[in-house]
Amino acid sequence: MTLKIHQDHSRFKQIVRGKIKANLRRYVQKGEMIGKKGKDAISIPIPFIDIPRFKYGHKEQGGVGQGEGEVGQQLGPGAVEPGDGHQAGQGEGDHALEVDITLDELAQILGEELQLPNIERRQNERLITQRIRYTGVNTTGPESLRHFKRTFKQALKRQIATGTYDPKMPVIIPTREDRRYRSYKLQDLPETNAVIIYMMDVSGSMGDEQKEIVRIESFWLDTWLRHQYKGLESRYIIHDAVAREVDRDTFFHTRESGGTMISSAYKLCRDIILADYPKSAWNIYPFHFSDGDNWSADDTRQCIDMLRNDVLPNVNQFAYGQVESPYGSGQFIKDLREAVGDTPNVALSEIADKDAIYASIKDFLGKGR
Amino acid sequence: MPKSLTPRLAQLRDEIHGHAKEFGLDFFDTVFEMVSYDEMNMVAAYGGFPTRYPHWRWGMEYEQLAKGYEYGLSKIYELVINNDPCYAYLMESNPEVDQKLVMAHVYGHCDFFKNNFSFRHTNRRMIDEMANHATRVRRWVDKLGVEKVEDFIDRALSLENLIDQHSPHIRRNPDPKRVEDERKANEGVEGFKVGREYMRGYINPSEFLDSQRRKVEDEKQRAKRFPERPQRDVLMFLLEHAPLEPWEADILAILRDEAYYFAPQGQTKIMNEGWASYWHSTIMTRRALRDDEIIDYADHHSGTMGTRPGAINPYKLGIELWRDIEDRWNKGKFGKEWDECDDLRARHAWDKKLGAGREKIFEVRKHYNDITFIDTFLTPEFAMEQKLFVYGFNDKRNSWEILNREFRKVKAKLLQGLTNFGQPIIEVVDGNFENRGEMLLAHKHDGQDLKGDYARETLRNLQSLWRRPVNIITRYDAKGAMLRFDGQNHSEKKVEL
Repeated sequence: MTLKIHQDHSRFKQIVRGKIKANLRRYVQKGEMIGKKGKDAISIPIPFIDIPRFKYGHKEQGGVGQGEGEVGQQLGPGAVEPGDGHQAGQGEGDHALEVDITLDELAQILGEELQLPNIERRQNERLITQRIRYTGVNTTGPESLRHFKRTFKQALKRQIATGTYDPKMPVIIPTREDRRYRSYKLQDLPETNAVIIYMMDVSGSMGDEQKEIVRIESFWLDTWLRHQYKGLESRYIIHDAVAREVDRDTFFHTRESGGTMISSAYKLCRDIILADYPKSAWNIYPFHFSDGDNWSADDTRQCIDMLRNDVLPNVNQFAYGQVESPYGSGQFIKDLREAVGDTPNVALSEIADKDAIYASIKDFLGKGR
Repeated sequence: MPKSLTPRLAQLRDEIHGHAKEFGLDFFDTVFEMVSYDEMNMVAAYGGFPTRYPHWRWGMEYEQLAKGYEYGLSKIYELVINNDPCYAYLMESNPEVDQKLVMAHVYGHCDFFKNNFSFRHTNRRMIDEMANHATRVRRWVDKLGVEKVEDFIDRALSLENLIDQHSPHIRRNPDPKRVEDERKANEGVEGFKVGREYMRGYINPSEFLDSQRRKVEDEKQRAKRFPERPQRDVLMFLLEHAPLEPWEADILAILRDEAYYFAPQGQTKIMNEGWASYWHSTIMTRRALRDDEIIDYADHHSGTMGTRPGAINPYKLGIELWRDIEDRWNKGKFGKEWDECDDLRARHAWDKKLGAGREKIFEVRKHYNDITFIDTFLTPEFAMEQKLFVYGFNDKRNSWEILNREFRKVKAKLLQGLTNFGQPIIEVVDGNFENRGEMLLAHKHDGQDLKGDYARETLRNLQSLWRRPVNIITRYDAKGAMLRFDGQNHSEKKVEL
């Protein structure tokens, strides 16, 4: 049943979408919403969706309450709820409206705002899996697939035809021949699995701020790629002079002090791809973040060799994000640009600060690969 | 779609109706309708009405209510509309004892709507009126497009609270005839009639004549000013003087109408909810409850009466105050003798066996609103018993805390919160400010500053209706300030008050 209110409700949702779009840059830069991520929806605080009026600032206002307590006692969190309807005559107060939005919808908005192209499927090696779909009906089959309705109909038809059906005593007894079973067909479905391999430099020069930037970036990259591919896996590699694979939590919270050898991470990345993600079945996205400081020119050369020979031929896109830090020399991105900058499946981005996240997402995802 | 009552509920309604009548409640015919939970949420989102003009704000309201219900956080039990006949909604899924409670509660509200003076000027056919408003707005939407109309409604709603809540009761503009008389009287400044010429200097000294002349001059100046007196009904001022398109004026008039319809409910929240609660409690516990329903009833009733430290629950404060008044007039705890008695023991044991309580509360429900109700009947004993306190924000500790339990302060704060619905008082003082057709508003500052970002956004919306620059004089941090929006830019300057 439809209610009249649904028209107003969908209008409201439309407006919310517009607000999110208009403020996307701010949301992208802020990490606050990431903490509120649910399974497939996210809760976003919307500013100024309520109608502005001349009214008092709530904090100056205070009010009258009821209950125990000494003078000077704190009321405790949540006791004073601005905008409580029960506060007689106190006006509405201010509430930042929190709206739920699905990650899919958020990705759509991101795509529209950043004008991100949809990812082109890799044509030559189309990934195919077979799926079982129950589409037909058969006269034989296991009892677990018996189609009750069809069986009943068949029996009814037979009984009427043979004149054994009695409308006053409508008992239907199916025989062996009446039974019908669901049957399946194998169908070829294009498979859309993808894996993101995050790599991050955790040497001493990467501070908390740099890591926060990586965390926010990874949220948006996840969101977008999840929107594009049904099954998305993530792997995390941290490195200083040596690399190791860790879980997501460790990834964002580890801090080491050693030097930096980027080749160690690329080597591990290569090994993971070779071991777990055959090119024919997976769309592979390595993302590497560092402050651009590598141990030696020799190591950088090694990195570039590995990229050229082992990584780039196997992945959809290799992305490198260089987060500016006061200690990093920022040399690495220049080397990369020189060596592989022209390769179509390489995306490079320099991220100066949180404001630059927005642009760098576009750098990473704008190629549509 | 709303359904009528089941036979069982109709029987219960007749029973409760009988009890309510027997206790002397006096109400319009009351129609109960059964609705499902989402219909209930819809009607609640529409402010109690089945039909409203199209606007996203109802959708937002609905979203919040629906979410609250789905998560089990909140549930609307009762909805009743001030209309003749009164309409009230019952939720299908509620158990029988809740339905009885709600019915009793509703009869309380209906009695209040019918008898309290604040509602005397409200439209008792508001259901029809709201539907008409909806049709009118829809017609404009069909003609002009949803975006254009919605955008205007958004801007106009921003000014919705700028009404004069007393105006339904008072004639503001002076009688044209009287003005005429005054003008005639002031025309020539000859002073008093003088019988003997040599007395002229004594009867009409030149200072007197000068002051008379000044008065006339002032009067003429004032007649030139526009509005003549500061006007609190800003919406009316805009309707009369802003260069609005016909459709804009039509919609603005609709919003103003509805604002005035809802105003008395804001002015009597504590009394009204308290009165309805008093009667559901009385009817249920004295008459309608069956033995096996008592636990559920008590659970539900106490849920409604629950308080939190940082807020006043109007149901709780209201019912307690009604009971206190009844008790005081039953025992004769009022008048000179009572006021002058400062022997605590005697006060405590005071009982003149007047038994006038019921009569008194019926009288009070007729002639008071929340402000006069609190002002007249809130006593120090009551405030202490109910553990009322004033709270405020402590910037140093960044938290809310209890500031005071002193009776005077509690009462003052309560009244302040109720004055003008807790909204700032704002008037149009000049519609031709600086002789440039600008609008000048004045905020009557009462110790609380306006919320700055909201004020600026509101000015922007006001300007879009007035077309010329708009200004408001207010105070920030105890200093006079004039905020201005000229259609392009916001500005602010200091002013001497």
